[in-house]
Amino acid sequence: MTQKASVGTIRPRGVIRSPLLSRQTRRWLGAGITYLGMTTLAFFFMIPLLWMLSTALKARWEVFAWPPQWIPQEPHWENFREALTRYPFGRFTMNTALLVVANTIGELLSVPLVAYAFARLRFPGRRSLFMLVIATMMIPLQAKIIPLYALFHRLGMIDTYWPLILPSFAGDPFFIFLMVQYMRTIPFDLDDAARIDGAGTWGILYRVILPLCRPPLTIVVVYTFLWTWNEFLKPLIYLNDFHSFTIQLGLAMFRGRYSVEWNLFMAATLISVLPVLVVYFFVQKQLIGGIASVGLKG
Amino acid sequence: MSRRARREALEGYLSILPWVIGFLVFTFGPIVASIYFGFTEWSITRPPRWIGLDNYVRMFTRDPLFWTSLKVTSSYVVMALPLQLVGGLALSLLLNIKVRGMNVYRTIFYIPAVISGVAVALMWMWLMQPDYGVINSLLALVGIQGPKWFWDPKWALPSVAIMSVWKVGGGAVIYLAGLQNIPPHLYEAAEIDGAGRWPRFWHITVPLLTPTIFFQLIVGLIEAFKVFTEAFVITKGGPLNATYFYMLYLYEEAFQNFNMGYASALAWVLTLIILTSTIILHVTSSRWVYYEAEERGA
Repeated sequence: MTQKASVGTIRPRGVIRSPLLSRQTRRWLGAGITYLGMTTLAFFFMIPLLWMLSTALKARWEVFAWPPQWIPQEPHWENFREALTRYPFGRFTMNTALLVVANTIGELLSVPLVAYAFARLRFPGRRSLFMLVIATMMIPLQAKIIPLYALFHRLGMIDTYWPLILPSFAGDPFFIFLMVQYMRTIPFDLDDAARIDGAGTWGILYRVILPLCRPPLTIVVVYTFLWTWNEFLKPLIYLNDFHSFTIQLGLAMFRGRYSVEWNLFMAATLISVLPVLVVYFFVQKQLIGGIASVGLKG
Repeated sequence: MSRRARREALEGYLSILPWVIGFLVFTFGPIVASIYFGFTEWSITRPPRWIGLDNYVRMFTRDPLFWTSLKVTSSYVVMALPLQLVGGLALSLLLNIKVRGMNVYRTIFYIPAVISGVAVALMWMWLMQPDYGVINSLLALVGIQGPKWFWDPKWALPSVAIMSVWKVGGGAVIYLAGLQNIPPHLYEAAEIDGAGRWPRFWHITVPLLTPTIFFQLIVGLIEAFKVFTEAFVITKGGPLNATYFYMLYLYEEAFQNFNMGYASALAWVLTLIILTSTIILHVTSSRWVYYEAEERGA
């Protein structure tokens, strides 16, 4: 907090100013302290990931050295190959990617359509139904997981991907909410103009509104990817067959079934995190902006 | 209703159909079913048998594990939630400093919020190894003998709380949006009146952030009750049931022991706890959450 004040704020009273330092110098110094503090803090935040990388590159005997060595004597890149081949992580990754694609298609088909109706069409009960959408965001998974399991069991869908895919075609309430908020900001004149030009309701959605909705659509796609990729409980419940495992299930099994070889273990973990990091770096701006806007307008 | 209005209403209902079906099948139906199943004995393979209140009587009078898991989960809420709220706010204040390149830091601090699931649990398990973990080696540098973390009944639960703090960047971004919505003229006015840094923080920043704090409190509470992966992957609920989270108990009863009826009752009690605490928070919120619109008499 000392850093905050030092950046160009003037304190009106009780401050003894050093005559040796000009305002310019103090401002410059303040910025320097800020960067130093932030960089140190950022470094501490990244320690877990750096340590994961370090371990992933170590030889077996180096893993249990004390005090821990940060830089491996020589990087063992083959750990990654071994982690991928000893356990079928390639397979698990493909399975997870398939689920990501299916869920993305589901959300993209349903979310804009539903949000469009709530944001821009008038029908009796619209307000209360939308309140219901928001309310369902609050319902915890544990309240429904057992009957859902029973339902999919009944339908003979245990050990298939259907329980993990079908709900996305109904549209996630969080996405619907986000999309509605965004669509409401688009001027209604556009709809009227398009209607005069002879466009129908859904024509307006697909030709006028959706092309303007890049930011929330990006968020839908990215979050669908993140959630599907990181989901653990649902695959754990619905999938039993080793070959259909997702990457998270694979990692958990890796922990449970074998004695822990930490270097391979961390290599596998890193492989599972890497796609997330790559996607994040491409879309971090929209993602941070998108999530920040949600806490306010509700 | 005019013909056009009727047509628009019809189109509206058609558009929200995916959500309506999803709500009935994946949310409303399961919730109703879950109430019913809570009054039955049911092992999925045979049809449920009505036993009245037996599940609930058993839970409250002769099930020590129910109380254990409830205690673990609520202790976790008490430990983790304040840490996350204060940590997130502090970080957002730092990220709100106006210097060039702050976006880079925001990006870095948000990284932990996008990776989750088994990978993060494994990573922390490795970081907190008592004998060769990097955290204890850092503590040793400053002369502290680190605890046994997940392997010590006293430290296991705090360890889960500590690892949750790594993700405060997620909350910080939401606070940041709240901070940036505070009109600067309020600070300017206070400064002219001679208010120092702390008074400005307590009398302007905190009151205007209360809606965001409230939002984070509710979301944090619901999230805390859902903790599962960490316990399932790292500790299996141990040592000595120190991390036997409610969700873990629910999972084991439902999907390992197949006591679906009893597990449904467990799920219902948890849902009621979450609902009640949310409602209590909402009711008391009018005393401490400050909404600008009300103040203006709108």
